[in-house]
Amino acid sequence: MISKEKIKKLEGVARRLRQHIIQMTCAAASGHPGGSLSAADIITLLYFHKMRHNPKDPGWGERDRFVMSKGHAAPILYAALAEAGYFPVKYLKTLRKIGSSLQGHVDMLALPGIEMSTGSLGQGLSAANGMALAGRLDKRSYRVYCLTGDGECHEGQIWEAAMTAAHHRLDNLTAIVDHNKYQIDGRIEEIKSLEPFAEKWKAFGWQVFSCDGHDMKAIDQALKRAEKVKGRPSVIIAETVKGKGVAFMEAKPLEYHGRAPTPEEEKKALAEICQVKEFEV
Amino acid sequence: MKDLVATREAYGKTLVELGRENPNIVVLDADLSVSTKTAAFRKEFPDRFFDMGVAEQDMISTAAGLAACGKIVFASTFAVFGSGRAWDQVRMSVAYTRLNVKIVVTHAGITTGEDGASHQANEDIAIMRALPNMTVIVPADAVETVKVIREASRFYGPTYIRLSRPKTPIIYDKKDYDFKIGKGVVMRPGKEATIFACGLMVAKSLEAAQELKKKNIDCRVVNLHTIKPIDKGLIVKCAEETGAVVTAEEHSIIGGLGGAVAEVLVENTCVPMVRVGVQDMFGESGKPEELLVKYGLTTQNIIKAVKTVLKRKK
Repeated sequence: MISKEKIKKLEGVARRLRQHIIQMTCAAASGHPGGSLSAADIITLLYFHKMRHNPKDPGWGERDRFVMSKGHAAPILYAALAEAGYFPVKYLKTLRKIGSSLQGHVDMLALPGIEMSTGSLGQGLSAANGMALAGRLDKRSYRVYCLTGDGECHEGQIWEAAMTAAHHRLDNLTAIVDHNKYQIDGRIEEIKSLEPFAEKWKAFGWQVFSCDGHDMKAIDQALKRAEKVKGRPSVIIAETVKGKGVAFMEAKPLEYHGRAPTPEEEKKALAEICQVKEFEV
Repeated sequence: MKDLVATREAYGKTLVELGRENPNIVVLDADLSVSTKTAAFRKEFPDRFFDMGVAEQDMISTAAGLAACGKIVFASTFAVFGSGRAWDQVRMSVAYTRLNVKIVVTHAGITTGEDGASHQANEDIAIMRALPNMTVIVPADAVETVKVIREASRFYGPTYIRLSRPKTPIIYDKKDYDFKIGKGVVMRPGKEATIFACGLMVAKSLEAAQELKKKNIDCRVVNLHTIKPIDKGLIVKCAEETGAVVTAEEHSIIGGLGGAVAEVLVENTCVPMVRVGVQDMFGESGKPEELLVKYGLTTQNIIKAVKTVLKRKK
């Protein structure tokens, strides 16, 4: 069981990561804050509590692997890697700038700590399967985590990969769906419904869990349960809110899917995240 | 009569040998292991073989994940699927990541035959060589295929290797051939024109040169097995020494070997050139030999092309 102090600490980390998301996308004047904010608590729990990894040795063979299949949520992963010590936090402001390792979508050759380059949706889960198969072949005990978007689950390849993982009984793999209910063009439910979503995963042979994707304790519990599953892959459908933590973004999830905050909005967002009246940038 | 062996047969046998030598080699196929000849590896190394079913896109990205963990991955299917069906996966998960995945495809080109246009990859060289970081190789015969597959297992990086379905003539003596990626091979000396060829068109180009010799036309034949990185130095040298160029490939005249050679020529030297290949059209069902005739890929087509280009030579 995760302690109260630990949860408090993690919530503090998540707040810092959210600040970074706002600041780096504002500095870049582009990027995807909405789907980065919705994944912030999940990423915090993985990188600062759950996963075995070593920022000083990103190539450590026994490390747990994380694949960011929704590659446009790059800002949250960069924020986590910087806070964990993979590179200096001040480098975050180079996001999307020419010559930077912080590409618009994650690039494994550009930045240590990125396990797979993504950006074209639907491919990360297959790659995660490959890593899980390799772990089994090499008799290594690492786990593989893969974060996908919910809109991303429109991609046929997600379901090809779902079949592969179940067929090979990849119990060293956990997929997490950032279920924030919105895609660029609108509410997923209106564009192309995924329902019955949990049943689809079940029918594909996966053990399905769901949790509040903004509740550290709930995420931790779901991950623990997933770890105990034997003989099949597990998926956690994390119920999240697009733009979580910034009220005006939560109110307009479509607008902030792929639009960065203006400097004016940045101040407002940071004040809210840091729980202060005025925020000095 | 020369020995006839399919390049895919050579691939299957070599893969098993490599599997015995290197436990780090993993093979993936997409429900075509009997045709691509990876079935022999499947039989001997069931733990290191993954049949991904009819899911080429999943296969390529899974291959990338395995390679990201240090495996040397061979992924096989038919050329149409390994290039076209999974192109975005090849681009994103393999080429962009520069991962060590060898995409070895069979049933390339018009000689796929009876299956018809849907299964005849005449565009794959063009779309694969457009990808940064990708090495593209088309072996000329079974002997060369063995060397290519062995070399690919030692060489780090994304590689596309294009094999054929039918049995094709052996043109190499096993002992004296030193294969190097990116280095074309002068198969026959000649002074009046150079025929650059790849795949099964190398054998036909040698035949054409022999025929032309009878008419006192002295043609050089070069096997450009590596389409990317292309052997620029050899192309320019041969073009300048002979003053006329013909390319011959079992692929569309757009973007393949002919395209690659033309790109080198136009930026480096002024030499007339004629392309032999499939015109800008889809194929159809038929016997491989019938299709080669109908689509203009015969020894006679090469002879005609040489005569045409010689008329334009200054």
